[in-house]
Amino acid sequence: MAETHRPPEQFKLRMRRYDPESGEAPYWDEHTIELEPHRSVLEGILQAKARFDGSIGIRCSCRAAICGSCGVRINGEPGLACHTHLDHARASAKDGVIEIEPMGNMPVIKDLIVDMDAVHWKKIQRVTPWLLAKQPVPEREYVVAKDAMVDVTQSMACIQCGACVSDCLAMEVDPGFIGPAALAKAYRFVGDPRDDRQRERLVDLSEDPQGIFDCTHCFKCVEACPKDVNPMGQIMRLRRIAISDQHIVDANNGERHEAALTTLVRDYGLLHEAELVPRSYGGNSWFGKFHPAAGMELLSLLPTAIKAIARGKIGIKLALFGHKIPAADLQAVKRIYQTVEGRSERYELNLYISGEDEDERTPVGVAAGGTDGGEDPAVAGEGSAS
Amino acid sequence: MLRVAYWPGCVSRGFTPELHGSMARVAPLLDIELVQLDRANCSGCGVIAEHNQELADTLNARTFALAQQVEGAELMMNICSTCQGAQSECQERLDASAEYRAHVNATLAPEGLSYEKGLTNKNFLWLLVEELGLDELRSRVKRPLTNLKVGPFYGCYIVRPRKRLGIDADTPRDHYLEQVIEALGGTVIEYAGMRKCCGFPIVTMNKEASLKQAGRHLGDAVDADADCLVTPCPLCHLNLDLQQPAAEGVVARELQMPVLHLPQLVGLALGVAPKELGMNRHVVRPTSVIDWSTSVVGAAA
Repeated sequence: MAETHRPPEQFKLRMRRYDPESGEAPYWDEHTIELEPHRSVLEGILQAKARFDGSIGIRCSCRAAICGSCGVRINGEPGLACHTHLDHARASAKDGVIEIEPMGNMPVIKDLIVDMDAVHWKKIQRVTPWLLAKQPVPEREYVVAKDAMVDVTQSMACIQCGACVSDCLAMEVDPGFIGPAALAKAYRFVGDPRDDRQRERLVDLSEDPQGIFDCTHCFKCVEACPKDVNPMGQIMRLRRIAISDQHIVDANNGERHEAALTTLVRDYGLLHEAELVPRSYGGNSWFGKFHPAAGMELLSLLPTAIKAIARGKIGIKLALFGHKIPAADLQAVKRIYQTVEGRSERYELNLYISGEDEDERTPVGVAAGGTDGGEDPAVAGEGSAS
Repeated sequence: MLRVAYWPGCVSRGFTPELHGSMARVAPLLDIELVQLDRANCSGCGVIAEHNQELADTLNARTFALAQQVEGAELMMNICSTCQGAQSECQERLDASAEYRAHVNATLAPEGLSYEKGLTNKNFLWLLVEELGLDELRSRVKRPLTNLKVGPFYGCYIVRPRKRLGIDADTPRDHYLEQVIEALGGTVIEYAGMRKCCGFPIVTMNKEASLKQAGRHLGDAVDADADCLVTPCPLCHLNLDLQQPAAEGVVARELQMPVLHLPQLVGLALGVAPKELGMNRHVVRPTSVIDWSTSVVGAAA
């Protein structure tokens, strides 16, 4: 119940209609419904269906953001129709009319109903979404340390609505990409201490050209998820475990790219771009560029490089030697690497689990918080205006 | 005069030197004093966080601590969407937990540095709208971008996730590029790819998918009749400009779409010569833009 009762209002809905079997093109259909502003977009659609046009196709069940059936795009953004208030939807509409479309990246069956089997569920099946238990299986229940399971609860919160799949930008250009929902599901088992096949799962997902290294890091799935599963974050954890724990060197340059960038920042303090490409293809050392795979890539980049150098965009000196931060600072950066990478276990703060401290966030200017370090005479030279 | 702790990033001094150059050229015209963080390190562009979250948090805490030492600076400013996103992610964790902050600061301690919660770190785009103000920007325009059709290209890291980046109805940071283009007198071209991914993060892993993204968005902009794009992200610029000839091959169409860095677009409107803004250094020559601006200068005289 809303805290203060607000009377029903009129809302305009503009729905994308399409029946592939009719042979007709998709079209827009507008209806005006009347409901209290805190009611959901789904209730609005259902009222339009009941009052004006029984043929409107929408899939729904629980109406409480649990079953994941009513995934749609509202004003261009993916989400659950039952989890979006009418007044919020109207506020984000371009012209005051709430625009409802079927989800993307999946074929439309009818109107707002997409074929989840053809895309979403196939991808879920692709990652072997069940436990492959360590042997011997205990006679009674498994006993697992509490902390060990807390780690996978975020991916377990997924309700399979497909909102992340709908707007995945990697899938948009590469439909075979395993995708955010399925990879979050994969993490649910990779991170489960009872599972026996962590390495096999990760080898599979790393070597697949459309696996974990095909994610383009666009945050679309993070934003789309109504349950805060953070699929992209789970993909990053899959990469982290594959590379740092299982030492899997994949054929997609995933491991080499991460190693190269991390090492270059350690050795230069800044990114040495010209070294990044050859090392990503040929291996993470100065000699990477002499590997045939790097040679092929560098050859293909030659026209681009020549043009960039001719235009004065990229200097020869920079391309060869990169740029570095001052020596004392580079030492500090290296020491940070040593300290953090020298820990016996990685320290990962997951705000989904830990939450924020209770004191409120009060943004202040950078200089407002005088630090102890501010009195260090060694850093007084910072203020060189450019 | 707005004094800022200025983090230019790596690529703006590496493969897109015209970005850092044009920022330095434009800043005085906007009364922004750039105190460059020469000692600060790469933000890790999300890749170091992928490798080891605490490492990325510590490296960026170091940058934040250096910024907090700049006397008289009101905030930290960056000119890279990717830095903004990567740094905001680390800052979110650092600001959320005093215990974690203390843990990270312990690693910084030997250098005499410590990050204190609550840094304000803004991309140049945010600073233009929120600190300088659109009216002030408009009043400084010497050569309005009349009839120049500009398509915004944000870069993922500066528009998602909304909550972390402080985007809501009151601070519509995901619409600032349109507001700035309009304030400079230009015409906004909306097209499908304006808030999508340029593909750069996977260019070494899946080059075809990467360039298909760049090519598709550039193509959408061509179809929407844009004269040029503008981006606050140098990594997007690499895929959209440096790699544009290759992207043309992947999407099998001619694109020839000039891509400007945000300070370049601002600089043009403030009357700076295109060459001073390094616009001759782009792979796709911004001929349409430059021809246009010279003709306007001619007309005004």
